[in-house]
Amino acid sequence: MTEKSTGIFNWIDRRLPILNTYERHLSKHPVPKKVNFWYMFGALASVVLIIQIVSGIWLMMPYQNTEEGAFASVEFIMRDIDYGWVIRYMHTTGASLFFAVVYLHMFRGLMYGSYHKPKELVWIFGMSIYLVMMAEGFLGYVLPYGQMSYWGAQVIISLFGAIPFIGESLELWVRGDYYISGATISRFFALHVVALPLILIALVFMHLVALHEVGAGNPEGVDIEKFLDEDGVPLDSVPFFPYKVLNALVAIGIFGIVFSIIMFFFPEGGGYFLELANFEEANPLSTPDHIAPVWYYSPYYAMLRAVPDKLGGLIVMASAIAILFVVPWLDRSKAASIRYKGILSKIAMVIFVLSWIMLAWLGTVPVTELRTTLSVIGTFIYFGFFLLMPIYTSIEKSKPVPDRL
Amino acid sequence: MEEKVTQRRKVLIGMTAAVGASGIPFAAIPFVSAWNPSAKARAMGAPVKVDISKMQIGQKIQVAWRKQPVFVIRHSSDALANLSRVIDKLDDPSSLNIDEPYRGQNPTRSSSKEFTIIAGVCTHLGCSPKYYPDMEPQPWDESWVGGFFCPCHGSMFDIVGRVFKGVPAPTNLKVPPHTFNGKILTIGEDEGIA
Repeated sequence: MTEKSTGIFNWIDRRLPILNTYERHLSKHPVPKKVNFWYMFGALASVVLIIQIVSGIWLMMPYQNTEEGAFASVEFIMRDIDYGWVIRYMHTTGASLFFAVVYLHMFRGLMYGSYHKPKELVWIFGMSIYLVMMAEGFLGYVLPYGQMSYWGAQVIISLFGAIPFIGESLELWVRGDYYISGATISRFFALHVVALPLILIALVFMHLVALHEVGAGNPEGVDIEKFLDEDGVPLDSVPFFPYKVLNALVAIGIFGIVFSIIMFFFPEGGGYFLELANFEEANPLSTPDHIAPVWYYSPYYAMLRAVPDKLGGLIVMASAIAILFVVPWLDRSKAASIRYKGILSKIAMVIFVLSWIMLAWLGTVPVTELRTTLSVIGTFIYFGFFLLMPIYTSIEKSKPVPDRL
Repeated sequence: MEEKVTQRRKVLIGMTAAVGASGIPFAAIPFVSAWNPSAKARAMGAPVKVDISKMQIGQKIQVAWRKQPVFVIRHSSDALANLSRVIDKLDDPSSLNIDEPYRGQNPTRSSSKEFTIIAGVCTHLGCSPKYYPDMEPQPWDESWVGGFFCPCHGSMFDIVGRVFKGVPAPTNLKVPPHTFNGKILTIGEDEGIA
Protein backbone atom coordinates (compact mmCIF):
# COMPACT_ATOMS: atom_id res chain seq x y z
CA MET A 1 0.00 0.00 0.00
CA THR A 2 1.49 3.36 -1.00
CA GLU A 3 1.45 6.44 1.19
CA LYS A 4 -0.97 8.21 -1.16
CA SER A 5 -3.83 6.01 -0.06
CA THR A 6 -5.35 7.68 2.96
CA GLY A 7 -8.85 8.27 4.29
CA ILE A 8 -11.77 7.04 2.28
CA PHE A 9 -9.60 5.84 -0.59
CA ASN A 10 -7.55 3.78 1.79
CA TRP A 11 -10.73 2.33 3.27
CA ILE A 12 -11.99 1.24 -0.14
CA ASP A 13 -8.62 0.04 -1.37
CA ARG A 14 -8.30 -2.35 1.53
CA ARG A 15 -11.57 -3.96 0.46
CA LEU A 16 -11.23 -3.68 -3.34
CA PRO A 17 -7.81 -3.79 -5.06
CA ILE A 18 -8.24 -0.59 -7.06
CA LEU A 19 -4.74 0.81 -6.79
CA ASN A 20 -3.08 -2.52 -7.34
CA THR A 21 -5.17 -3.24 -10.45
CA TYR A 22 -4.66 0.30 -11.74
CA GLU A 23 -0.90 0.06 -11.38
CA ARG A 24 -0.62 -3.47 -12.67
CA HIS A 25 -2.82 -3.07 -15.74
CA LEU A 26 -2.64 0.64 -16.47
CA SER A 27 -0.16 3.08 -15.00
CA LYS A 28 2.87 0.85 -14.53
CA HIS A 29 2.06 -1.87 -17.03
CA PRO A 30 5.26 -2.29 -19.10
CA VAL A 31 4.90 -1.97 -22.87
CA PRO A 32 7.68 -2.31 -25.48
CA LYS A 33 9.47 0.98 -25.90
CA LYS A 34 9.52 0.91 -29.70
CA VAL A 35 6.29 0.26 -31.53
CA ASN A 36 4.73 1.86 -34.62
CA PHE A 37 1.29 3.03 -35.69
CA TRP A 38 0.15 -0.54 -36.34
CA TYR A 39 0.01 -0.94 -32.55
CA MET A 40 -2.75 1.68 -32.19
CA PHE A 41 -5.65 -0.28 -33.66
CA GLY A 42 -6.30 -2.31 -30.54
CA ALA A 43 -6.87 0.89 -28.57
CA LEU A 44 -9.05 2.24 -31.39
CA ALA A 45 -11.11 -0.96 -31.39
CA SER A 46 -11.94 -0.46 -27.71
CA VAL A 47 -12.92 3.15 -28.44
CA VAL A 48 -15.32 1.99 -31.18
CA LEU A 49 -16.72 -0.66 -28.85
CA ILE A 50 -17.67 2.08 -26.39
CA ILE A 51 -19.16 4.22 -29.19
CA GLN A 52 -21.22 1.21 -30.33
CA ILE A 53 -22.49 0.46 -26.83
CA VAL A 54 -23.52 4.05 -26.10
CA SER A 55 -25.09 4.78 -29.51
CA GLY A 56 -26.69 1.33 -29.42
CA ILE A 57 -28.39 1.96 -26.09
CA TRP A 58 -29.79 5.23 -27.43
CA LEU A 59 -31.04 3.56 -30.63
CA MET A 60 -32.70 0.85 -28.58
CA MET A 61 -34.96 3.36 -26.86
CA PRO A 62 -37.13 4.33 -29.88
CA TYR A 63 -36.55 1.19 -31.98
CA GLN A 64 -39.51 -1.19 -32.32
CA ASN A 65 -38.71 -4.83 -32.77
CA THR A 66 -41.89 -5.72 -34.68
CA GLU A 67 -42.57 -6.48 -38.32
CA GLU A 68 -44.82 -3.43 -38.71
CA GLY A 69 -42.79 -1.13 -36.53
CA ALA A 70 -39.14 -1.84 -37.31
CA PHE A 71 -38.68 0.03 -40.57
CA ALA A 72 -40.97 2.88 -39.53
CA SER A 73 -39.22 3.32 -36.19
CA VAL A 74 -35.83 3.62 -37.93
CA GLU A 75 -37.31 6.31 -40.22
CA PHE A 76 -38.74 7.95 -37.09
CA ILE A 77 -35.26 7.99 -35.54
CA MET A 78 -33.86 9.54 -38.72
CA ARG A 79 -36.50 12.22 -39.21
CA ASP A 80 -38.42 13.01 -36.05
CA ILE A 81 -36.01 12.55 -33.15
CA ASP A 82 -33.67 15.47 -32.51
CA TYR A 83 -30.23 14.37 -33.61
CA GLY A 84 -31.56 10.84 -34.08
CA TRP A 85 -29.77 10.72 -37.44
CA VAL A 86 -26.43 11.43 -35.75
CA ILE A 87 -26.94 8.58 -33.31
CA ARG A 88 -27.95 6.15 -36.03
CA TYR A 89 -25.15 7.14 -38.38
CA MET A 90 -22.75 6.95 -35.45
CA HIS A 91 -23.81 3.33 -34.96
CA THR A 92 -23.61 2.39 -38.67
CA THR A 93 -20.30 4.23 -39.20
CA GLY A 94 -19.07 2.63 -35.98
CA ALA A 95 -19.95 -0.82 -37.33
CA SER A 96 -17.91 -0.35 -40.50
CA LEU A 97 -15.00 1.30 -38.72
CA PHE A 98 -15.06 -1.39 -36.02
CA PHE A 99 -14.36 -3.92 -38.74
CA ALA A 100 -11.83 -1.61 -40.41
CA VAL A 101 -9.73 -1.21 -37.26
CA VAL A 102 -10.13 -4.89 -36.35
CA TYR A 103 -8.98 -6.00 -39.82
CA LEU A 104 -5.95 -3.70 -39.53
CA HIS A 105 -5.34 -5.01 -36.00
CA MET A 106 -5.53 -8.60 -37.29
CA PHE A 107 -3.22 -7.79 -40.17
CA ARG A 108 -0.75 -6.29 -37.70
CA GLY A 109 -0.94 -9.61 -35.83
CA LEU A 110 -0.20 -11.60 -39.00
CA MET A 111 2.61 -9.27 -40.00
CA TYR A 112 4.49 -9.11 -36.71
CA GLY A 113 3.59 -12.60 -35.49
CA SER A 114 1.43 -11.47 -32.57
CA TYR A 115 0.32 -15.09 -32.18
CA HIS A 116 3.80 -16.49 -31.54
CA LYS A 117 4.39 -18.50 -28.39
CA PRO A 118 3.29 -17.64 -25.68
CA LYS A 119 0.58 -15.42 -27.22
CA GLU A 120 -1.55 -18.18 -28.78
CA LEU A 121 -4.47 -17.59 -26.42
CA VAL A 122 -4.41 -13.83 -27.02
CA TRP A 123 -4.81 -14.62 -30.71
CA ILE A 124 -7.60 -17.16 -30.12
CA PHE A 125 -9.58 -14.77 -27.92
CA GLY A 126 -9.07 -12.13 -30.60
CA MET A 127 -10.39 -14.43 -33.32
CA SER A 128 -13.39 -15.28 -31.13
CA ILE A 129 -14.08 -11.56 -30.80
CA TYR A 130 -13.96 -11.28 -34.59
CA LEU A 131 -16.38 -14.19 -34.96
CA VAL A 132 -18.86 -12.71 -32.47
CA MET A 133 -18.53 -9.33 -34.19
CA MET A 134 -19.50 -10.89 -37.51
CA ALA A 135 -22.63 -12.39 -35.95
CA GLU A 136 -23.36 -9.13 -34.14
CA GLY A 137 -23.00 -7.11 -37.36
CA PHE A 138 -25.28 -9.47 -39.26
CA LEU A 139 -28.02 -9.43 -36.61
CA GLY A 140 -27.85 -5.64 -36.42
CA TYR A 141 -28.15 -5.30 -40.17
CA VAL A 142 -31.43 -7.22 -40.14
CA LEU A 143 -33.08 -4.98 -37.54
CA PRO A 144 -34.11 -2.01 -39.79
CA TYR A 145 -36.09 -4.56 -41.87
CA GLY A 146 -35.20 -2.95 -45.19
CA GLN A 147 -34.94 -4.84 -48.48
CA MET A 148 -31.27 -5.69 -47.94
CA SER A 149 -31.91 -6.63 -44.30
CA TYR A 150 -34.56 -9.07 -45.44
CA TRP A 151 -32.77 -10.63 -48.40
CA GLY A 152 -29.38 -10.64 -46.74
CA ALA A 153 -30.92 -12.51 -43.83
CA GLN A 154 -32.76 -14.82 -46.24
CA VAL A 155 -29.43 -15.76 -47.83
CA ILE A 156 -27.59 -16.21 -44.54
CA ILE A 157 -30.38 -18.22 -42.87
CA SER A 158 -30.64 -20.37 -46.01
CA LEU A 159 -27.03 -21.34 -45.38
CA PHE A 160 -28.30 -23.41 -42.43
CA GLY A 161 -30.43 -25.26 -44.98
CA ALA A 162 -27.24 -26.65 -46.51
CA ILE A 163 -26.60 -28.77 -43.42
CA PRO A 164 -27.66 -32.32 -44.30
CA PHE A 165 -30.84 -33.80 -42.77
CA ILE A 166 -31.66 -31.14 -40.17
CA GLY A 167 -31.04 -28.13 -42.42
CA GLU A 168 -34.60 -27.27 -43.35
CA SER A 169 -36.08 -27.60 -39.87
CA LEU A 170 -33.15 -25.60 -38.52
CA GLU A 171 -34.01 -22.75 -40.90
CA LEU A 172 -37.59 -22.73 -39.70
CA TRP A 173 -36.42 -22.81 -36.08
CA VAL A 174 -34.03 -19.89 -36.55
CA ARG A 175 -36.69 -17.77 -38.26
CA GLY A 176 -39.52 -18.86 -35.98
CA ASP A 177 -41.85 -18.42 -38.94
CA TYR A 178 -42.15 -19.38 -42.60
CA TYR A 179 -40.42 -16.15 -43.58
CA ILE A 180 -38.23 -13.54 -41.88
CA SER A 181 -40.97 -11.99 -39.80
CA GLY A 182 -41.50 -10.04 -36.60
CA ALA A 183 -40.66 -13.22 -34.70
CA THR A 184 -37.24 -13.29 -36.37
CA ILE A 185 -36.56 -9.59 -35.81
CA SER A 186 -37.43 -9.67 -32.13
CA ARG A 187 -35.18 -12.63 -31.37
CA PHE A 188 -32.36 -11.09 -33.43
CA PHE A 189 -32.89 -7.89 -31.44
CA ALA A 190 -32.49 -9.72 -28.11
CA LEU A 191 -29.33 -11.41 -29.35
CA HIS A 192 -27.95 -8.20 -30.84
CA VAL A 193 -28.48 -5.97 -27.81
CA VAL A 194 -28.02 -8.36 -24.89
CA ALA A 195 -26.62 -11.82 -25.55
CA LEU A 196 -23.81 -11.14 -28.00
CA PRO A 197 -22.61 -7.86 -26.42
CA LEU A 198 -22.25 -9.71 -23.09
CA ILE A 199 -20.17 -12.39 -24.77
CA LEU A 200 -18.21 -9.75 -26.67
CA ILE A 201 -17.31 -7.82 -23.54
CA ALA A 202 -16.33 -11.02 -21.73
CA LEU A 203 -14.07 -11.99 -24.63
CA VAL A 204 -12.47 -8.52 -24.79
CA PHE A 205 -11.76 -8.85 -21.06
CA MET A 206 -10.11 -12.25 -21.57
CA HIS A 207 -8.17 -10.93 -24.59
CA LEU A 208 -6.70 -8.15 -22.42
CA VAL A 209 -6.05 -10.27 -19.35
CA ALA A 210 -4.20 -12.84 -21.47
CA LEU A 211 -2.29 -10.07 -23.24
CA HIS A 212 -1.20 -8.48 -19.96
CA GLU A 213 -0.06 -11.86 -18.69
CA VAL A 214 2.29 -12.53 -21.61
CA GLY A 215 3.11 -8.94 -22.59
CA ALA A 216 2.57 -6.94 -25.76
CA GLY A 217 4.62 -7.59 -28.89
CA ASN A 218 6.63 -5.23 -31.05
CA PRO A 219 7.46 -4.85 -34.76
CA GLU A 220 10.88 -6.47 -34.29
CA GLY A 221 9.46 -9.60 -32.73
CA VAL A 222 11.92 -9.23 -29.86
CA ASP A 223 11.03 -10.94 -26.60
CA ILE A 224 11.53 -8.09 -24.11
CA GLU A 225 10.97 -10.40 -21.13
CA LYS A 226 14.50 -11.80 -21.57
CA PHE A 227 16.30 -8.81 -20.09
CA LEU A 228 14.84 -7.49 -16.86
CA ASP A 229 16.04 -4.85 -14.40
CA GLU A 230 16.42 -5.55 -10.67
CA ASP A 231 12.66 -4.99 -10.13
CA GLY A 232 11.78 -7.54 -12.78
CA VAL A 233 10.64 -4.87 -15.28
CA PRO A 234 11.80 -5.49 -18.88
CA LEU A 235 14.72 -3.19 -19.79
CA ASP A 236 13.24 -2.40 -23.19
CA SER A 237 9.89 -1.33 -21.81
CA VAL A 238 8.24 1.93 -20.84
CA PRO A 239 5.29 2.32 -18.45
CA PHE A 240 1.83 2.41 -20.03
CA PHE A 241 1.23 5.85 -18.53
CA PRO A 242 2.16 8.34 -19.89
CA TYR A 243 3.91 6.81 -22.92
CA LYS A 244 1.27 4.52 -24.40
CA VAL A 245 -1.64 6.68 -23.27
CA LEU A 246 -0.37 9.86 -24.93
CA ASN A 247 0.43 7.94 -28.10
CA ALA A 248 -3.04 6.48 -28.13
CA LEU A 249 -4.61 9.90 -27.62
CA VAL A 250 -3.02 11.14 -30.85
CA ALA A 251 -4.32 8.06 -32.67
CA ILE A 252 -7.77 8.51 -31.15
CA GLY A 253 -7.76 12.16 -32.24
CA ILE A 254 -6.98 11.26 -35.85
CA PHE A 255 -9.48 8.43 -35.76
CA GLY A 256 -12.13 10.80 -34.40
CA ILE A 257 -11.59 13.12 -37.37
CA VAL A 258 -11.94 10.25 -39.88
CA PHE A 259 -14.99 8.95 -38.00
CA SER A 260 -16.68 12.35 -38.02
CA ILE A 261 -16.01 12.99 -41.71
CA ILE A 262 -17.69 9.68 -42.58
CA MET A 263 -20.54 10.11 -40.09
CA PHE A 264 -21.42 13.65 -41.17
CA PHE A 265 -20.64 13.64 -44.88
CA PHE A 266 -20.54 10.06 -46.19
CA PRO A 267 -22.62 7.92 -43.82
CA GLU A 268 -23.63 5.57 -46.65
CA GLY A 269 -20.02 5.09 -47.67
CA GLY A 270 -20.99 5.00 -51.34
CA GLY A 271 -23.30 2.04 -50.70
CA TYR A 272 -20.58 0.00 -49.00
CA PHE A 273 -21.48 0.99 -45.42
CA LEU A 274 -25.24 1.26 -45.88
CA GLU A 275 -26.70 -0.25 -49.00
CA LEU A 276 -29.17 1.83 -50.97
CA ALA A 277 -31.68 -1.04 -51.23
CA ASN A 278 -32.02 -0.90 -47.46
CA PHE A 279 -33.77 2.45 -47.64
CA GLU A 280 -36.78 0.54 -48.96
CA GLU A 281 -38.95 -1.55 -46.64
CA ALA A 282 -38.59 -5.33 -46.78
CA ASN A 283 -40.70 -7.00 -49.45
CA PRO A 284 -40.71 -10.78 -49.08
CA LEU A 285 -42.07 -11.17 -52.61
CA SER A 286 -39.42 -9.32 -54.56
CA THR A 287 -35.68 -9.93 -54.51
CA PRO A 288 -33.55 -6.89 -55.38
CA ASP A 289 -31.63 -7.38 -58.63
CA HIS A 290 -28.33 -7.44 -56.86
CA ILE A 291 -27.72 -8.74 -53.34
CA ALA A 292 -24.39 -7.89 -51.83
CA PRO A 293 -23.21 -7.98 -48.25
CA VAL A 294 -21.66 -4.92 -46.61
CA TRP A 295 -17.96 -4.68 -47.38
CA TYR A 296 -16.68 -6.39 -44.24
CA TYR A 297 -18.23 -9.74 -45.14
CA SER A 298 -17.60 -9.53 -48.87
CA PRO A 299 -14.36 -11.57 -49.14
CA TYR A 300 -16.12 -14.54 -47.54
CA TYR A 301 -19.24 -14.01 -49.62
CA ALA A 302 -17.05 -14.09 -52.76
CA MET A 303 -15.70 -17.46 -51.57
CA LEU A 304 -19.25 -18.74 -50.99
CA ARG A 305 -20.20 -17.77 -54.53
CA ALA A 306 -17.03 -19.27 -55.99
CA VAL A 307 -18.20 -22.78 -55.08
CA PRO A 308 -20.92 -24.17 -57.38
CA ASP A 309 -22.38 -26.30 -54.59
CA LYS A 310 -24.53 -25.23 -51.65
CA LEU A 311 -22.99 -27.34 -48.88
CA GLY A 312 -19.52 -26.93 -50.39
CA GLY A 313 -19.89 -23.16 -50.36
CA LEU A 314 -20.89 -23.18 -46.70
CA ILE A 315 -17.95 -25.43 -45.77
CA VAL A 316 -15.46 -23.23 -47.65
CA MET A 317 -16.81 -20.07 -46.03
CA ALA A 318 -16.78 -21.55 -42.51
CA SER A 319 -13.28 -22.98 -43.02
CA ALA A 320 -11.99 -19.59 -44.15
CA ILE A 321 -12.80 -18.23 -40.69
CA ALA A 322 -11.92 -21.41 -38.79
CA ILE A 323 -8.43 -21.59 -40.28
CA LEU A 324 -7.56 -18.23 -38.72
CA PHE A 325 -7.83 -19.81 -35.27
CA VAL A 326 -4.97 -22.24 -35.89
CA VAL A 327 -2.46 -19.77 -37.37
CA PRO A 328 -0.24 -19.98 -34.23
CA TRP A 329 0.41 -23.63 -35.08
CA LEU A 330 0.78 -23.14 -38.84
CA ASP A 331 3.65 -20.67 -38.58
CA ARG A 332 6.87 -22.65 -38.01
CA SER A 333 9.17 -19.66 -38.40
CA LYS A 334 11.69 -18.90 -35.64
CA ALA A 335 11.21 -15.18 -36.21
CA ALA A 336 7.89 -13.69 -35.18
CA SER A 337 8.09 -10.51 -37.24
CA ILE A 338 7.92 -10.33 -41.02
CA ARG A 339 11.06 -8.16 -40.80
CA TYR A 340 13.18 -11.17 -39.91
CA LYS A 341 11.29 -13.85 -41.82
CA GLY A 342 12.54 -15.18 -45.14
CA ILE A 343 11.61 -14.05 -48.63
CA LEU A 344 8.92 -16.73 -49.07
CA SER A 345 6.88 -15.38 -46.15
CA LYS A 346 7.17 -11.86 -47.55
CA ILE A 347 5.99 -12.89 -51.02
CA ALA A 348 3.17 -14.97 -49.54
CA MET A 349 2.02 -12.02 -47.40
CA VAL A 350 1.90 -9.61 -50.37
CA ILE A 351 -0.04 -12.06 -52.57
CA PHE A 352 -2.41 -12.84 -49.70
CA VAL A 353 -3.24 -9.18 -49.05
CA LEU A 354 -3.78 -8.41 -52.74
CA SER A 355 -6.02 -11.42 -53.21
CA TRP A 356 -8.01 -10.61 -50.04
CA ILE A 357 -8.68 -7.11 -51.38
CA MET A 358 -9.66 -8.58 -54.76
CA LEU A 359 -12.09 -10.99 -53.02
CA ALA A 360 -13.54 -8.10 -51.01
CA TRP A 361 -14.30 -6.29 -54.27
CA LEU A 362 -15.63 -9.43 -55.99
CA GLY A 363 -18.06 -10.05 -53.15
CA THR A 364 -19.77 -6.72 -53.75
CA VAL A 365 -20.31 -6.93 -57.53
CA PRO A 366 -22.70 -9.12 -59.57
CA VAL A 367 -21.43 -12.47 -60.86
CA THR A 368 -19.96 -12.93 -64.33
CA GLU A 369 -17.94 -15.87 -65.59
CA LEU A 370 -14.61 -14.02 -65.35
CA ARG A 371 -15.36 -12.80 -61.83
CA THR A 372 -16.28 -16.31 -60.73
CA THR A 373 -12.93 -17.55 -62.06
CA LEU A 374 -11.15 -14.76 -60.18
CA SER A 375 -13.06 -15.66 -57.00
CA VAL A 376 -11.92 -19.27 -57.35
CA ILE A 377 -8.30 -18.14 -57.76
CA GLY A 378 -8.64 -15.78 -54.78
CA THR A 379 -10.10 -18.59 -52.65
CA PHE A 380 -7.18 -20.88 -53.53
CA ILE A 381 -4.69 -18.14 -52.65
CA TYR A 382 -6.46 -17.48 -49.33
CA PHE A 383 -6.30 -21.12 -48.29
CA GLY A 384 -2.87 -21.59 -49.86
CA PHE A 385 -1.44 -18.81 -47.70
CA PHE A 386 -2.49 -20.62 -44.52
CA LEU A 387 -2.23 -24.29 -45.52
CA LEU A 388 1.22 -23.90 -47.09
CA MET A 389 2.44 -21.80 -44.16
CA PRO A 390 4.02 -24.77 -42.29
CA ILE A 391 6.01 -25.52 -45.46
CA TYR A 392 7.25 -22.11 -46.54
CA THR A 393 7.98 -20.93 -43.01
CA SER A 394 10.11 -24.00 -42.30
CA ILE A 395 12.10 -24.21 -45.55
CA GLU A 396 12.96 -20.50 -45.79
CA LYS A 397 15.93 -19.02 -43.96
CA SER A 398 14.98 -16.34 -41.47
CA LYS A 399 17.38 -13.67 -40.27
CA PRO A 400 18.56 -13.81 -36.63
CA VAL A 401 16.32 -11.80 -34.31
CA PRO A 402 18.25 -9.29 -32.14
CA ASP A 403 18.21 -9.69 -28.36
CA ARG A 404 17.33 -6.11 -27.54
CA LEU A 405 14.77 -3.73 -28.95
CA MET B 1 -7.56 -46.91 3.45
CA GLU B 2 -6.87 -43.25 2.66
CA GLU B 3 -6.67 -44.07 -1.05
CA LYS B 4 -9.88 -46.03 -0.93
CA VAL B 5 -11.71 -43.04 0.55
CA THR B 6 -10.34 -40.74 -2.14
CA GLN B 7 -11.45 -43.20 -4.79
CA ARG B 8 -14.90 -43.39 -3.20
CA ARG B 9 -15.10 -39.55 -3.15
CA LYS B 10 -14.19 -39.39 -6.85
CA VAL B 11 -16.89 -41.88 -7.80
CA LEU B 12 -19.50 -40.04 -5.73
CA ILE B 13 -18.52 -36.65 -7.19
CA GLY B 14 -18.61 -38.12 -10.70
CA MET B 15 -22.05 -39.64 -10.18
CA THR B 16 -23.47 -36.48 -8.65
CA ALA B 17 -22.11 -34.44 -11.55
CA ALA B 18 -23.60 -36.88 -14.06
CA VAL B 19 -27.04 -36.74 -12.44
CA GLY B 20 -26.85 -32.95 -12.37
CA ALA B 21 -25.73 -32.75 -15.99
CA SER B 22 -28.55 -35.03 -17.12
CA GLY B 23 -30.95 -32.25 -16.16
CA ILE B 24 -29.44 -29.83 -18.68
CA PRO B 25 -31.24 -31.21 -21.77
CA PHE B 26 -34.56 -31.07 -19.88
CA ALA B 27 -33.92 -27.51 -18.78
CA ALA B 28 -33.10 -26.63 -22.39
CA ILE B 29 -36.46 -27.85 -23.74
CA PRO B 30 -38.48 -24.67 -23.09
CA PHE B 31 -35.69 -22.43 -24.35
CA VAL B 32 -35.28 -24.37 -27.59
CA SER B 33 -39.03 -24.83 -28.13
CA ALA B 34 -39.71 -21.12 -27.68
CA TRP B 35 -37.92 -20.54 -30.98
CA ASN B 36 -40.35 -22.73 -32.95
CA PRO B 37 -43.03 -20.94 -35.01
CA SER B 38 -45.71 -19.79 -32.59
CA ALA B 39 -49.34 -20.91 -32.81
CA LYS B 40 -50.11 -17.55 -34.40
CA ALA B 41 -47.39 -17.93 -37.03
CA ARG B 42 -48.66 -21.43 -37.83
CA ALA B 43 -52.23 -20.14 -38.21
CA MET B 44 -51.06 -17.35 -40.52
CA GLY B 45 -49.42 -20.02 -42.69
CA ALA B 46 -52.86 -21.41 -43.68
CA PRO B 47 -53.63 -22.22 -47.35
CA VAL B 48 -54.49 -19.45 -49.83
CA LYS B 49 -57.02 -19.50 -52.69
CA VAL B 50 -56.50 -17.93 -56.13
CA ASP B 51 -58.93 -17.47 -59.03
CA ILE B 52 -57.03 -18.72 -62.08
CA SER B 53 -59.87 -18.49 -64.62
CA LYS B 54 -58.65 -15.15 -65.98
CA MET B 55 -55.04 -16.22 -66.55
CA GLN B 56 -53.86 -15.93 -70.17
CA ILE B 57 -51.91 -18.68 -71.89
CA GLY B 58 -48.22 -18.11 -71.16
CA GLN B 59 -48.98 -15.86 -68.18
CA LYS B 60 -47.18 -16.14 -64.88
CA ILE B 61 -48.64 -14.77 -61.67
CA GLN B 62 -47.15 -14.56 -58.21
CA VAL B 63 -49.12 -15.56 -55.14
CA ALA B 64 -48.00 -15.11 -51.54
CA TRP B 65 -48.33 -18.22 -49.39
CA ARG B 66 -46.75 -17.96 -45.93
CA LYS B 67 -45.48 -14.59 -47.24
CA GLN B 68 -43.26 -16.45 -49.65
CA PRO B 69 -43.69 -16.10 -53.42
CA VAL B 70 -45.40 -18.98 -55.25
CA PHE B 71 -45.37 -18.86 -59.05
CA VAL B 72 -48.42 -20.02 -61.00
CA ILE B 73 -47.76 -20.36 -64.73
CA ARG B 74 -50.24 -21.26 -67.43
CA HIS B 75 -48.14 -22.87 -70.14
CA SER B 76 -48.85 -22.87 -73.86
CA SER B 77 -48.92 -26.28 -75.52
CA ASP B 78 -45.78 -25.29 -77.46
CA ALA B 79 -43.90 -24.58 -74.28
CA LEU B 80 -44.93 -27.95 -72.83
CA ALA B 81 -43.94 -29.71 -76.04
CA ASN B 82 -40.48 -28.16 -75.75
CA LEU B 83 -39.95 -29.44 -72.19
CA SER B 84 -38.30 -32.66 -73.30
CA ARG B 85 -35.73 -30.72 -75.38
CA VAL B 86 -33.96 -29.31 -72.33
CA ILE B 87 -33.50 -32.64 -70.54
CA ASP B 88 -29.74 -32.75 -71.34
CA LYS B 89 -29.26 -29.49 -69.46
CA LEU B 90 -31.11 -30.64 -66.34
CA ASP B 91 -29.63 -32.09 -63.22
CA ASP B 92 -32.69 -33.99 -62.03
CA PRO B 93 -35.34 -34.00 -64.80
CA SER B 94 -37.69 -36.40 -63.01
CA SER B 95 -37.32 -34.78 -59.56
CA LEU B 96 -35.96 -38.00 -58.03
CA ASN B 97 -33.77 -36.16 -55.50
CA ILE B 98 -36.59 -34.36 -53.71
CA ASP B 99 -40.01 -35.06 -52.25
CA GLU B 100 -42.08 -34.42 -55.34
CA PRO B 101 -45.78 -34.51 -54.44
CA TYR B 102 -47.13 -35.13 -57.95
CA ARG B 103 -44.23 -37.04 -59.49
CA GLY B 104 -44.93 -38.53 -62.86
CA GLN B 105 -48.48 -37.17 -63.13
CA ASN B 106 -47.89 -34.33 -65.58
CA PRO B 107 -44.97 -32.67 -67.38
CA THR B 108 -45.98 -29.47 -65.55
CA ARG B 109 -44.99 -31.15 -62.22
CA SER B 110 -48.39 -30.10 -60.80
CA SER B 111 -51.68 -31.95 -60.62
CA SER B 112 -52.83 -30.01 -63.69
CA LYS B 113 -51.93 -30.56 -67.34
CA GLU B 114 -51.61 -26.85 -68.02
CA PHE B 115 -50.51 -25.05 -64.88
CA THR B 116 -47.22 -25.18 -63.03
CA ILE B 117 -47.24 -24.27 -59.35
CA ILE B 118 -43.78 -23.79 -57.85
CA ALA B 119 -42.32 -22.06 -54.83
CA GLY B 120 -40.54 -18.93 -56.03
CA VAL B 121 -37.71 -19.47 -53.59
CA CYS B 122 -34.35 -20.53 -54.94
CA THR B 123 -33.22 -23.81 -53.40
CA HIS B 124 -29.73 -22.35 -53.10
CA LEU B 125 -29.95 -19.41 -50.72
CA GLY B 126 -33.57 -18.35 -50.85
CA CYS B 127 -33.65 -15.48 -53.35
CA SER B 128 -36.62 -15.27 -55.67
CA PRO B 129 -35.68 -16.36 -59.22
CA LYS B 130 -36.85 -14.18 -62.13
CA TYR B 131 -38.85 -15.50 -65.06
CA TYR B 132 -37.36 -15.15 -68.55
CA PRO B 133 -39.73 -17.30 -70.66
CA ASP B 134 -38.40 -16.51 -74.13
CA MET B 135 -35.88 -18.56 -76.02
CA GLU B 136 -33.20 -15.94 -76.65
CA PRO B 137 -29.54 -15.44 -75.71
CA GLN B 138 -29.07 -13.99 -72.23
CA PRO B 139 -25.95 -12.58 -70.57
CA TRP B 140 -25.72 -15.66 -68.35
CA ASP B 141 -26.47 -18.23 -71.07
CA GLU B 142 -25.91 -17.88 -74.81
CA SER B 143 -28.33 -20.71 -75.60
CA TRP B 144 -31.08 -19.77 -73.13
CA VAL B 145 -34.21 -21.88 -73.70
CA GLY B 146 -36.51 -20.01 -71.34
CA GLY B 147 -36.98 -20.50 -67.63
CA PHE B 148 -35.98 -18.97 -64.31
CA PHE B 149 -32.73 -17.21 -63.49
CA CYS B 150 -31.75 -16.35 -59.92
CA PRO B 151 -30.08 -12.92 -59.81
CA CYS B 152 -28.26 -13.62 -56.56
CA HIS B 153 -25.96 -16.48 -57.43
CA GLY B 154 -26.82 -17.36 -61.00
CA SER B 155 -28.83 -20.57 -60.58
CA MET B 156 -30.95 -21.54 -63.59
CA PHE B 157 -34.20 -23.52 -63.83
CA ASP B 158 -36.42 -24.47 -66.77
CA ILE B 159 -40.01 -23.22 -67.13
CA VAL B 160 -41.34 -25.85 -64.72
CA GLY B 161 -38.61 -25.12 -62.14
CA ARG B 162 -36.20 -28.00 -62.80
CA VAL B 163 -32.63 -27.09 -61.94
CA PHE B 164 -29.85 -26.93 -64.56
CA LYS B 165 -26.55 -28.76 -64.22
CA GLY B 166 -23.53 -26.88 -62.87
CA VAL B 167 -25.37 -24.16 -60.94
CA PRO B 168 -25.21 -23.55 -57.17
CA ALA B 169 -28.83 -24.57 -56.49
CA PRO B 170 -28.81 -28.21 -55.35
CA THR B 171 -32.38 -29.23 -56.24
CA ASN B 172 -35.43 -28.38 -58.34
CA LEU B 173 -37.76 -25.63 -57.14
CA LYS B 174 -40.31 -27.07 -54.74
CA VAL B 175 -43.88 -27.82 -55.72
CA PRO B 176 -46.19 -26.81 -52.86
CA PRO B 177 -49.27 -28.96 -52.16
CA HIS B 178 -52.29 -27.62 -54.07
CA THR B 179 -55.78 -28.48 -55.35
CA PHE B 180 -57.72 -27.29 -58.36
CA ASN B 181 -61.42 -26.83 -57.80
CA GLY B 182 -63.01 -25.38 -60.92
CA LYS B 183 -61.47 -21.97 -61.35
CA ILE B 184 -60.14 -21.84 -57.81
CA LEU B 185 -56.62 -22.98 -57.05
CA THR B 186 -55.83 -23.64 -53.39
CA ILE B 187 -52.14 -23.48 -52.45
CA GLY B 188 -51.06 -25.11 -49.21
CA GLU B 189 -53.38 -28.12 -49.02
CA ASP B 190 -54.35 -30.97 -51.27
CA GLU B 191 -56.84 -32.91 -49.20
CA GLY B 192 -54.42 -35.76 -48.76
CA ILE B 193 -53.88 -36.46 -52.46
CA ALA B 194 -50.10 -36.29 -52.26
